[in-house]
Amino acid sequence: MLWQVLEGLSRNSAKQLRFLPGVVYVEEGAACGRSPEDRAETLAEVQATLHSAGLPWHSVALEEVFGLPPSVLRHLSQEPAAGDGAYKEAVNGFIQRQQVLGTQGASDSPSPVLREGQPSPQGPVRPPPAAQTEALVRLFSSVRTLTAKEELLQTLRTHLLLHVARTHGYSKVMMGDSCTRLAIKLLTNLALGRGAFLAWDTGFSDERHGDVVVVRPMREHTLKEVAFYNRLFTVPTVLTPTISTKAPEKASIHRLMEAFVLQLQAQFPSTVSTVYRTSEKLVKAPRAGQAPSHSSPHCLLCLCTLDVDCADSATAFGAQATLVLPQRQPPNPQAEMPTAPGGPPALGRDQSCCRETGPSQRAHLSSLPREGPRPHVLEQLCYGCRVNMKDLSSLDPLPPYILSEAQLRSHRAQVTQEIQEFLIEDSEEELETGLS
Amino acid sequence: MAAPLSVEVEFGGGAELLFDGVKKHQVTLPGQEAPWDIRSLLVWIKKNLLRERPDLFIQGDSVRPGILVLINDADWELLGELDYQLQDQDSVLFISTLHGG
Repeated sequence: MLWQVLEGLSRNSAKQLRFLPGVVYVEEGAACGRSPEDRAETLAEVQATLHSAGLPWHSVALEEVFGLPPSVLRHLSQEPAAGDGAYKEAVNGFIQRQQVLGTQGASDSPSPVLREGQPSPQGPVRPPPAAQTEALVRLFSSVRTLTAKEELLQTLRTHLLLHVARTHGYSKVMMGDSCTRLAIKLLTNLALGRGAFLAWDTGFSDERHGDVVVVRPMREHTLKEVAFYNRLFTVPTVLTPTISTKAPEKASIHRLMEAFVLQLQAQFPSTVSTVYRTSEKLVKAPRAGQAPSHSSPHCLLCLCTLDVDCADSATAFGAQATLVLPQRQPPNPQAEMPTAPGGPPALGRDQSCCRETGPSQRAHLSSLPREGPRPHVLEQLCYGCRVNMKDLSSLDPLPPYILSEAQLRSHRAQVTQEIQEFLIEDSEEELETGLS
Repeated sequence: MAAPLSVEVEFGGGAELLFDGVKKHQVTLPGQEAPWDIRSLLVWIKKNLLRERPDLFIQGDSVRPGILVLINDADWELLGELDYQLQDQDSVLFISTLHGG
């Protein structure tokens, strides 16, 4: 993965006049169970390589997902005015969070805000707090299958990239996906039940986040070309073991698909390009009968428009819902009480929750009963992510920003519903008074 | 009877993880009856260099799909793949393009 990014980098430098690229390196060693010494060593290598490239760069550790504001998951509209406001909000939230962290004595985020186009004045990167590393390890060890682990890693990485891009004012994120990888990803995503989002997940540009567009400039090149290019131009590369390194072929759907595609490719050399061309023909169309509006619900994790149709219970989703049902029954009736719709006590709680943001809300969340957040989170996921989350033994170890956003969204929906009830009543009353 | 050959074998892109993390190996292939080709080199590597999980490097009598082979910086597909006859001082490079090496 990394050498593609580096290769992209060597191309970027030729185009520096047209745009100012920055490089983000997401350090995910903790998810793979690597020791801090190993990670520091790799990080130093990466830093040296990036430094020699002379571009501004940011290095973030995957642990930082535990410090992300929930606004990362919100769809920001493309209108510059609205986007700016929301973005500033996000930045302010982030800075405040950093200050809070700093005063608490914990090490702050190792990504100072840089002015674009200047070589990075970044000092030595401090390792992330041990507590966050622990939380991350706990999260990944609670995932039962490698497939789900890889998906989760990808999701968290995307959120982190999005956050870095927003806080540093980048409008584009360039991914290093090659044509071979995209062909593999296409088939993998199909197998994972993410067929509805193929055009977003594998297309050239991905506008699902609104303000930050993800582009894949490397998609015209095969992995072989990239590898040969790197070899012939002696592009410096740093190798980082990933979560699936040395895993057997059938360990995850990702691995299996990779082996399948490459094996086919070995016998029929046009396999990859055929699959890839197919992905090119996919059109990002909204669902039939639905207007493409920003207000339509988005998946909490992959941020795509929700594809789940609750009314259509004859589909696979219907089966899923019945699977989830037993888990929704709490061990004690108290646990479900706060989430029950309607009733003045629940309303009061909603309001307090909506007003609160930041650490206090997180504390509030952690005090929730164990079974509490699960249905809320699951309801806000697309089909592919739901299937994935089934492999999580518990949702508690998820980063707080996901849980709090889920909480916020469900409360918002609930409040909207309540307001609507009142509105109808009001209008009826008005009607009656008007008539009398 | 082929004479002993000195060949440089190199691994990259994560393939070196299966070889104790060592990228470059300068090896001397002993003399044998048939001339040394890539096919017999792979057998020799599997026996002498490979440290773990041979199935992640070799599949059948060839390398796993997704691992590129360069002989003297040229694609082995141009040189007859497994039937290429090794010369003295050749360099053979294996690059894994598989995700995660």
